[in-house]
Parts: sequence; structure tokens; C-alpha cells
Amino acid sequence: MASTFKPTDEAQVLDAVAWAISAEAPLEVLGRASKRGLGRPFQADHTLDLSGLSGINFYEPEELVLSAKPATPRAEIEAVLAERGQMLAFEPMDTGPLFGLPADQGSIGGTFACNLSGPRRIKMGAARDHLLGFNAVSGRGEAFKSGGRVVKNVTGYDLSKLMTGSFGTLAAVTELTFKVLPAPEKTYTVLLLGLDDGAATRAMAAAMNSVHEVAGAAHLPAGISGRSSVPYVANAGGAITALRLEGFGPSVEQRCRELKDELAGFGAIEELHSRNSVKFWAEVRDAVYLAEPADRLIWRLSVPPSAGQGVVAALAMGRDVEVFYDWSGGLIWLSLPPSDDAEHIAVRAVVAPSGGHATLVRAPANIRAAVPVFQPQPAPLAALSARVKDSFDPRRVLNPGRMVAGI
Amino acid sequence: MLMPKPDSSIIARRAEIIERLRQIVPGEGVIAEQDEMRVYESDGLSAYRQMPMIVVLPEKTEQVAEILAYCHGEGIKVVPRGAGTSLSGGALPLADAVLLGLGKFNRVLDVDFKNRAVVTQPGVTNLGITHAVQHDGFYYAPDPSSQIACSIGGNIAENSGGVHCLKYGLTTNNVLGIEFVTIEGEVMRIGGKHLDSEGYDLLGLMTGSEGLLGVVTEVTVRILKKPSTARALLVGFASSEEAGACVAQVIGAGIIPGGMEMMDNPAINAAEDFVGTGYPRDAAALLIVELDGPEVEVNHLIGRVREVAEANGATSLRVSENEAERDAFWAGRKSAFPAVGRITPDYMCMDGTIPRKMLPEILRRISALSEKHEMRVANVFHAGDGNLHPLILFDANQPGQLETAETFGGDILKACVELGGVLTGEHGVGIEKRDLMGEMFTEVDLNQQQRVKCAFDPKGLLNPGKVFPQLHRCAELGRMHIHKGQMPFPDIPRF
Ligand SMILES: Cc1cc2nc3c(=O)[nH]c(=O)nc-3n(C[C@H](O)[C@H](O)[C@H](O)COP(=O)(O)OP(=O)(O)OC[C@H]3O[C@@H](n4cnc5c(N)ncnc54)[C@H](O)[C@@H]3O)c2cc1C
Repeated sequence: MASTFKPTDEAQVLDAVAWAISAEAPLEVLGRASKRGLGRPFQADHTLDLSGLSGINFYEPEELVLSAKPATPRAEIEAVLAERGQMLAFEPMDTGPLFGLPADQGSIGGTFACNLSGPRRIKMGAARDHLLGFNAVSGRGEAFKSGGRVVKNVTGYDLSKLMTGSFGTLAAVTELTFKVLPAPEKTYTVLLLGLDDGAATRAMAAAMNSVHEVAGAAHLPAGISGRSSVPYVANAGGAITALRLEGFGPSVEQRCRELKDELAGFGAIEELHSRNSVKFWAEVRDAVYLAEPADRLIWRLSVPPSAGQGVVAALAMGRDVEVFYDWSGGLIWLSLPPSDDAEHIAVRAVVAPSGGHATLVRAPANIRAAVPVFQPQPAPLAALSARVKDSFDPRRVLNPGRMVAGI
Repeated sequence: MLMPKPDSSIIARRAEIIERLRQIVPGEGVIAEQDEMRVYESDGLSAYRQMPMIVVLPEKTEQVAEILAYCHGEGIKVVPRGAGTSLSGGALPLADAVLLGLGKFNRVLDVDFKNRAVVTQPGVTNLGITHAVQHDGFYYAPDPSSQIACSIGGNIAENSGGVHCLKYGLTTNNVLGIEFVTIEGEVMRIGGKHLDSEGYDLLGLMTGSEGLLGVVTEVTVRILKKPSTARALLVGFASSEEAGACVAQVIGAGIIPGGMEMMDNPAINAAEDFVGTGYPRDAAALLIVELDGPEVEVNHLIGRVREVAEANGATSLRVSENEAERDAFWAGRKSAFPAVGRITPDYMCMDGTIPRKMLPEILRRISALSEKHEMRVANVFHAGDGNLHPLILFDANQPGQLETAETFGGDILKACVELGGVLTGEHGVGIEKRDLMGEMFTEVDLNQQQRVKCAFDPKGLLNPGKVFPQLHRCAELGRMHIHKGQMPFPDIPRF
């Protein structure tokens, strides 16, 4: 009979995992269950529901550090930070809109487990760059910890990196401590109008290579920009290339002026101020432009920034694609019409020469079960990853198959 | 410091091993003469010395793979080495191990401004990367003080930091990809010029793994545009409490300086004696706060930091008006180690981290320990991120002093852990802090880390004796105690 364990402390998590090991009964590990549609579907008779482990342990703004239990709502944490003028600098994506679910349902544990980072990734790093330490119960049924609460720390292996992005397949995290940063006083966005993908890539590179500390570089081709709820963007009537400048007031204003001067050769330029900027970058972060139609399949491709436009051009040949770019062209959000195989062979063949990777983000469960959701790895690397899994979870009781079939 | 017992059966086969290695790396790449091996007998932690069995200096990834596969097959230990500047003994040789030096991997392979990335071999120095890109106004941000000498491969192994890491991140936040070879001789490539990994973040795991998981043979790092302006404040305080409060309030005000360094009175005076650039000799604590970025921003923030400093009772405050002045502010800090070296026969550099707010408390404790052990200490800190470098002054020629200095250092690190910090912020565990690991981690924690090691190196041949106080066999670590049939959790809510 299927059971759901809902522990309220680490000792109970230990008990549940120990039972799963002895009963050889895999567990599906859940925080607030907002991202079940992400990753591979897999069979687990039982559920380890961590939603009872919620709440902030401590928040010390002057130390730039916050510690919380895994199921603490991400939105709650972001609200607490905002009160003190701080933020999660990696700008975590809210997966709700893309999956047709309500917004702001995710947990902080899930945020790190999926290593989803937003537009600021290019300047401030990914979720993995912000996790300082954690406590967890491994698939061996042992409670262990790694890292600490300080940024400068090389004591032992950096297991925080390994845990981030492991989709709950290594250990059930019971406590996380992470770095937070001051939120910008002001945010402006420079908008270049009407560029094709090639010119946009060059403009984004020019901006990134300038001294102006660009903290977001996205390109919405014609046909996508119209879906924005920001009037300046929606009414542009063509492609929009957006460059975010943020920080202290006088600095942002000056950098905005200078960047506009430097990019004048690319054509018409507008600017968004703080309120519209915040709205716009949240749309980019959450990929809302591709949310509808809901039956289309969504891929997220990470490639070298200069390779992005070529990848898109190749994918667009003879295909009905919708795309937009983030990360200065290095992150491609790709939407394809429904198909049985999500065209994974073609997508990955196009990405391969760039050295990047492709993740199937949204597709019906049967497709995600049949098609590798994460980029398949060369055999030696895949074998090494499987050995790493076994070092934490040799009986494969934690989310087995969530990332790769069988492990 | 107890190292794993040398395997005499391996040492007995030395001649045969040399011959085989010479087949893999012809020419002068295999060093077997005692005189020539002497330079490799220690790293930056020079109190410890050990001649290697053999030194091999390959030039190609295929050679590294062949060497490692051979050593793995024969059960021969391997110690990787970059430039040998480790301060924790990470590159200390073993009597029965092959020392694998990456010094000949010294080429920058690809400078790619379009993607703001550099691909390089691991033996290139940290500063060598900046040299390859500075003509276009770029630089590689992490800047250990050893940057003219240390290799990027060593930086990855140690996850090295530097003054500018407060704002720009440590090595781990600036590496995009690596190629590495496992002890079994398999070549793995992870990451590249794109962001984030496609599976487990093995790149993040490899960074800071102290040469225990694989040999790095190629590196891709991100480069940044050099900020257009940098200015520094030099602020003296009558107490470390006030300096500590100033640091906390600068950060609390939402300002992340490019660097925020602190020195205590003995360090100030040693530096002033050495370079004489006008540090306030009577200050109990000195802060150097550097702001970098666009000129308007820097000028704006200089004003804000000045207000915070004055509100916290600054006794002296200067702002650099030009590059010469900024360099002068830094000259004392940058030469702190050699400056201290002049006033003592020997010194030992510690490397703990504490939560920033504990700065005054750790200083009180260090000064009490200094009295207890009757040994002087000078303190330099990466104050912005709470990373301390107490320099313990001693004379190794006096019987017992090295031991006392080590005990003193250990006591400081234990205090760091007690105050919520860690044993090492950037120098690594190596052999130096190996036996203190139990202060921070339980046996379960350490066993889990060693299991990860087993996933990469099941025979424990790569850099053994470092990091872990106790070595266990992988088979033993893999064992599980399963309580069959138990249903022990009466209290877990079930549905
Ligand atoms: C004067 C001085 C100042 C210093 N200042 C700083 C500082 O400010 N910040 C800081 O973080 N450190 C500092 N250090 C410490 C040291 O420079 C760093 O740890 C540096 O990264 C070591 O690099 P290396 O090339 O010398 O490595 P080595 O000393 O040769 O080796 C260090 C470790 O890395 C491993 N290793 C080396 N290369 C490879 C490779 N290619 N693949 C796998 N493993 C490898 C070795 O096995 C060893 O465990 C300082 C050292 C000195 C002497």
C-alpha cells in the first residue's frame, strides 16, 4: 500500500529513509511538490513529504546569510529578504506559470534541488554558487552535514555544489544555509528595437564586454515581444533586445546613458525604469512567453553565448519553433509543437557542436519517461555520476530515475 | 604529522617504474636523480619535507592518462602538483608515490572575448591568464596573493580566493569547465563556455578537492572587464571592535566593496617598517576598503563608506586620489607576509573563517592564546568575508617552538569553529588541518565525503594522507547496516 511519510524533524526523516532501505521501497522526495512536472517521471510507491520541515532558522542581514528548512516557501523567504533590502541574487525561476500552475508555490529546498537560476545568472552566478552548507539524510539512512554558514570555506569537499541540482536523488535535505545579497536600489533596462538574432547577439556581447556591469541580457524576437505585459515591450512591434543595469541610483543613471551612447549604432533605443524593469525581467526569468499554448513542448538549452543564434537558426529550419534568448544568448528557451519524441535527437544534434546541453523542461509524462530529459552523458562520465549516486544512495531509494533511468 | 606508511614493495620496484614512465614520457620528463628531485620535496608549507619516489612531468593529457592508468593498475600512489605554493601541504610528496607535476602544461589555448572565456592548460599561472587578456581591458578576478606563481590547476584544487573574491567570487564561481583524468586513466570533460552542468555538478565538486579526485588537465574560466575606476579608503581605528562594527555596517548598508581588508597593530607596524607608506602606527586596527566600478558609483560609495567609518569612531581616514596613492595603500597589506617575515625567524600562516560579527571576539581569543602560548601573533584579515590570516611568529631552531606554534594555530582554528566558522577559508586542509577535521565534522560526515572519494578513486591512490584524518577502505565504507523488518517510526505522520 502506498504511504506518505510526513516527518516534522530530522529524526523522523531518518526513520522513514531507514525503513525505505529495509523494505527496498523507493521514496519520492517532495518539498512543496511544485516541480513534480520537471525531470523524469519515475515509479515510487511511497512519498517522503518534507512539507512539515518549514521555517526560517535564522536570518542575519549584516552577515548576508539565511538558514531555513527545506519546505519553507521560496516566496516567504524572498518577502523576508525584501523587507531588509536583500534578495536571492541568482533570481530563482518560478516554474508555476510555465507549467500552468499558480505562481509562488515552490519551496527553497526545491529551488536549490533544481538549480534553477534566472537572468542574473550571468553576473551573480547560479543557485549552486549561493548554497553555503546543508544538513541532510542520505540514502544510506545517515544524517550528515557539509559546508557551513560562511562564504570562504574550503574545509572538505564542496558537497553543497553536488547537492544543488541533484533533484533529491542523493539525500533528503533537512536544512539549508545560503548567501543572500543586497537588492539593487534602482533598475533600468536599455531596450534595442528591431534587431535580428545576429545583431542582437552582437549587441548583447558588446554590452557584456563593456564596463557597465550588465546584469541581464535577453532577446525577444518579433512575435515573442508582443506577449509581454510591459506596454513598451509589447507595443514595440518587433524584436526587443533588453539589457539590465542595476545598483545605486547615480551609477545606474550614468551607466544607462553611457551604454545607450555606445550601442547607438545598433539603431533605435528606449529605456525602462524600475517598475517596468522588474516586471519585464520576472517574465524573462519565468519564461512566461512560452507558457501558452500549453501543449507545446519546452526545451531549455545552455550554449556558449555566441553560439546561440546559430543553434536557433539550425533548429528553425523546417520547424515551427518559438524561441527567446536569455544569458546574453547563451540560454535558449525553445518551444516546439507536440510530438512523440520531443524531437530530442535533432535538438541535441544541433546543440552538440557547441559543447552545450539541452534539458526537456515541459512535456507530458510519457514523453519525459521515454526521452532523456537531461543531456545524456558520455559513458565514462555517466558511470562516474552513477558511482557518485551510489556513494550517497546505494540502494537507490531516493527519487530513483528522477534524472536518469535506473539511478 | 603521520603519513600513510610507505609501501616497501613499491619502492623496491622503483627502477622498473622509472623505466615504464620513461616510455610514456620520453626525454627529460622523468626525474629520478635525488639532487634534481630536491626542489619538489615540499610545497609552501615548508616545515614538512619528503622526497618523492619519482617525479614525472608530462606535457599531454594522453600522457597523464597513460601514467595514471599504469599507476592504478600497479597500485602506485600519485601526488599531483602545480606550482607547489600550497600552504597546507597539499602537494607534499610521499616516499612511495609518483609526483605528477603539471608545470609543462603551460599554454593558454584559447582567448575568447565573444564568450568572455579563456581556455588554458592547468600549469599556467593565475596572473598568466590576466596577462593573456589585459590588452583588451579584461582580467581574471580571483587573485590569491601568490598569483604570480601559483597555477590555475592548483587554484582549482584548492578553490583559492583573494582580496577581490568578496565581490567577484572564489575560484569555484569563476570556473566554467575542466578536463580531468581519473586515477583509472579516463579523460572526462565537464562544462565549457556554456553555463551550468547537465547532471551532477562534478565541476563544483572537483573544485576544492585538493587533488584527491582527479588530475585537472585543462581549464575554462570566465574573464571580466576591468572596472573603469577603483579607489580605496585607508581607515584607522582605536579598537578592533570599532573596525569590526564598521565592516558589518558597510555590508549592512548594501555595499559590497571590491575588497575589505583589516590589519591589527603588530601587522600595521611590521608593514610600515617594511614599506613605509604612511600607515597609522598607533591604530589598533586598520581597514582598507576598495570600491571599484563606474566612476560615479565609486565616488558615491566612497562618501557612504566614509560616513559609516566616521560614525564608528575612525581615528584616521584617507581616500586615494590617484592610482599611485591607491597602490601605496595596498603596498603594506600586500607585503604583510614578507614584512612579518623580517621580524621573526619563522612564521606560520593560519586561515580560519568566522562569521564577520565575531571579528572582535576572535581577536580577543587570539590575543589570550598568544599570552597562553607565549608566542607573538600578527593578524591580517579578509575582513569582508571573515577570513583570518593570523601569522604566528616563532623560531624553528628553538626546541619545541614549532610544536607550540602548531598547537597555538590549532587552538585558533578550534576557536573559529566554536564561533560558527570553519577550519580553512582558502588554503585547504591538506596535511596541515587534517587532524583537526573532527572539530568540524562527525565521523558520519567524514565517511560520506570519503565515499565520494571512493566513487572517483576506489583504491585510494590519488594524494592519500591529505584532508582525511583516518583512511578507510572503500569496501568498508560501502557496508550498510540494515535493520530488516523494523518499523520504528511510530511518531511519523503517515497518510
Ligand atoms: C606567499 C603565498 C601567498 C598565498 N596567498 C594565497 C591567497 O591569497 N589566497 C589563497 O587562496 N591561497 C594563497 N596561497 C596558497 C596557494 O598559493 C594556493 O593554494 C594555490 O592555489 C596553490 O597553487 P599551486 O599551483 O601552487 O598548487 P600546488 O601547491 O602545487 O598544489 C596544491 C594542491 O593542488 C593539487 N593540484 C595542483 N595542481 C593540480 C592539478 N592540475 N590537478 C589536480 N590537482 C592539482 C595538489 O595535489 C595539491 O593538493 C598563498 C601561498 C603563498 C606561498
